[in-house]
Amino acid sequence: MTTKQLKTGAPASATRRSFLKTSAAVGGGLTIGFNLPAFGQGDKPAAEVNAWVQVRADDTVIIKYARAEMGQGSMTSAPQLVAEELEADWKKVKIEYALANEQVRRKRVWGDMSAVGSRTIRNSQEYLRKAGATAREMLIAAAAQQWNVAPGECVAQNGMVIHKASNKKLSYGKLADAAAKQPAPKEVALKDPKDWKIAGKSMKRRDIEDTVMGRQRYGIDAQVPGMLYAAVAQCPVFGGKVKSFDAAKLTNRRGIVKVVQGEGQQGGFVAVVGNSWWRAKEALKDVAINWDVGSNGNVSSGSIMEVFKAGLAATDTAVARRDGDVTKGFAEAAKVLEAEYFTPYLAHSTMEPMGATVMIKDGRVDVWVSSQNFEGSLVSAATAAGVPQENVHVHPVQLGGGLGRRGGSQDFTRMATLIAKEMPNGTPVKMLWAREEDMQHDFFRPASLVKVKGGLDAQGKLHALHIRVAAPSIIATLLRLPLKEGIDPQAVACFNDHPYSIPNSLVDYAQRNTHVPVGFWRTVGHSQNPFVRECFIDELAQAAGKDPVEFRRGMLGKSPRDLGVLNAVAKAANWDKPLPKGVFRGVAETEGYGSYTACVAEVSVNDRNEVRIHRIVIGIDCGYVVNPDNVKAQLEGSVAHGLTAILWGENTVKEGRMEQSNFHDYRMMRLNEMPKVECVLAPSGGFWGGVGEPAQAPLAPALVNAIVAATGGKRVRSLPLKNHGFSLVKA
Amino acid sequence: MIKLNVNGRARELDVEPDMPLLWALRDELDVKGPKYGCGIAQCGSCTVLIDGEPVRSCSYPVSAAAGRKITTIEGLAQRGRPHPVQQAWMDHEVPQCGYCQGGQILMAVNLLQKKPNPSAADIDAHMTNICRCGTYARMHAAINAAAKMMGGAKSADKKA
Ligand code: FES
Ligand code: FES
Repeated sequence: MTTKQLKTGAPASATRRSFLKTSAAVGGGLTIGFNLPAFGQGDKPAAEVNAWVQVRADDTVIIKYARAEMGQGSMTSAPQLVAEELEADWKKVKIEYALANEQVRRKRVWGDMSAVGSRTIRNSQEYLRKAGATAREMLIAAAAQQWNVAPGECVAQNGMVIHKASNKKLSYGKLADAAAKQPAPKEVALKDPKDWKIAGKSMKRRDIEDTVMGRQRYGIDAQVPGMLYAAVAQCPVFGGKVKSFDAAKLTNRRGIVKVVQGEGQQGGFVAVVGNSWWRAKEALKDVAINWDVGSNGNVSSGSIMEVFKAGLAATDTAVARRDGDVTKGFAEAAKVLEAEYFTPYLAHSTMEPMGATVMIKDGRVDVWVSSQNFEGSLVSAATAAGVPQENVHVHPVQLGGGLGRRGGSQDFTRMATLIAKEMPNGTPVKMLWAREEDMQHDFFRPASLVKVKGGLDAQGKLHALHIRVAAPSIIATLLRLPLKEGIDPQAVACFNDHPYSIPNSLVDYAQRNTHVPVGFWRTVGHSQNPFVRECFIDELAQAAGKDPVEFRRGMLGKSPRDLGVLNAVAKAANWDKPLPKGVFRGVAETEGYGSYTACVAEVSVNDRNEVRIHRIVIGIDCGYVVNPDNVKAQLEGSVAHGLTAILWGENTVKEGRMEQSNFHDYRMMRLNEMPKVECVLAPSGGFWGGVGEPAQAPLAPALVNAIVAATGGKRVRSLPLKNHGFSLVKA
Repeated sequence: MIKLNVNGRARELDVEPDMPLLWALRDELDVKGPKYGCGIAQCGSCTVLIDGEPVRSCSYPVSAAAGRKITTIEGLAQRGRPHPVQQAWMDHEVPQCGYCQGGQILMAVNLLQKKPNPSAADIDAHMTNICRCGTYARMHAAINAAAKMMGGAKSADKKA
């Protein structure tokens, strides 16, 4: 493998082609994924009209996708936006990953590469649409030049430029080279979404065929000649160290090559490297590791709770929001309610466990990793290997789920690089974490203890609200960034930006970090705080003797989008109509990731606390919908992911380590438990909201409010529901 | 030497008899369709069919599969044509990340072989693999569509 071509300043497409050919020889073809352009002998490389759009002579339009695909569908929907403005023929569009190495060499030409925070569409829609429109104008200009007419006399349509007066036509493939030489227009007009033909439609996801046919390649599937495998044991107590280890039993063991010791992001680790992952993993059991667990060996869920409780009583909290004067507000209130809510730590448990394959050869580093940010992986590998970033090549693969685990931390990329560094030059090593390792060395969704206090006036209107959060900060501990005014936005999400008109409200935050590593987990703060806010709103509605939807409507006069989605979902759920005997419902309304969401859950609960979910009506207003079927899929998936957490999800700490280790004690929802889900898409236009995460937000409170209604008003103020004796049975 | 028949191809390998079939397939034979999810027979990502019956290959010794017909997701299509279950899976856009889907599809193939017209309860009882992305509702729909496509028992796929 050589990087020679990369330094010649050849056009990117030619560079890529040469690169693919050389890396294919090394990587057995896997490096390329499913987008390898089918170049034949003597094929001309595609002309690059701009960084996002390449056109081949055969009219194939290559649209670059610069983030990761983990099932969220944006590998298809983001290019739909480019193709729309480009006036491309969607059937001739091929989607290819933008490469992190090129990104580094080309001054980050593709912008943000991370697929996190439900932001692929909302944060890149403008530059993607502009890239498509710019390329279209350049294709038109090239045709006009050839025909010697004014560009204004030409239109682009379905992969062709047409001269209206003469009805002359040229396909994009014929124009590509000339178009690439046109100056890019400075200003381009973007279409009104109501004129969309490709965007806004349920185009089939482009990765699905490979998945279904068994051709899809994930990080775990990397296959490089001469590859060895590494199994890893990290100190079970976060932050602990390897005091010593004894691998004598591994002498002459079949397939075992080396035992490596290192420092990971969560403490010391020992890795066994062998010629099969199974052999390495089995051998690891026979390595006697003496851990120095340090002072954290005594930490338990109970001791962490004490830390949070102290946070609730603290006097040095940071203020996240203040309207009016809550002290005065409560003094004026006719009725005051107080409650404490708790949500636990949660592991991501993506279906594919953490891992990475790394090969370091003569200063060049090749990485195959399921990552939500291939550029982040590149930086992490470069730092760990001690090479310049331009020398690192991250080969894009599909992710076996991301759920936030594969974004910021990159601890797995770093660890695999450290292990590869211990091996002889040019030895590829595939590091894979056993599920147990994955679950016990996560960056967990933070646990959070919240105290809420609400005051109703004599008319039953919410007059004062105080929310105090005691929870760890992801920003401060994982990203190590200073908090602006002491606030971690995730810790107070949906509290500090609540949409309700309440004359007096105060939200404050007591940052309480523990030794448990925390990170972004699908929907992050919005996976837990809405449970607190919207269940407490129900408590207040009940105390005020009001219907939960009416009570919310009364406070949403100034928040038309929140009100709009609440109304749309209430309508779809027939909120005004009575339910069959024994069936109860709950509602919640939330906003997050730039979108507005609401949910109605209908349940019945028998005297054995068996919960039957009759239906979930879940709705979203994400402004514009780029791929409706994919939005639906995300809502359905959010419900399954959410219900798993709500019913069973918790990771508890004992003697400094996580108690749960695999799916037998960290239970996932299965097919026979999936309730009926009705999706309501209520796009109101005029903004771009996220889709992958926000729908999880209203689910927990809607469901819990329904259960509370079904069980005579007995409040449930912590999750998961199994701890309250509830179980789920098929409706 | 252990002799395996993987997707119609005879393969030989020299490994420990207790090496789980999953790792023999993935690491020794480069058959990557079966995935590792838990290693303890909980999730079903590693599902393969052995003589048509689903097996969680992470917890199944390679030696026990000797001489038997192993079908993985890669071997389901015939002459490049998707199996009706695969076709239904595409039509309904079932997969999200897709990591579990090879196992899910093989489970569905096995179900339709046993019950060409499965009831909702049959589907519930048979499809026990975990999908972390929550594609369950679409699997239900796709199985019904595949059943229709296969015209009940008449044209059920023989190979798998
Ligand atoms: S990996 Fe075999 S059942 Fe999970
Ligand atoms: S599609 Fe992602 S785990 Fe099933």
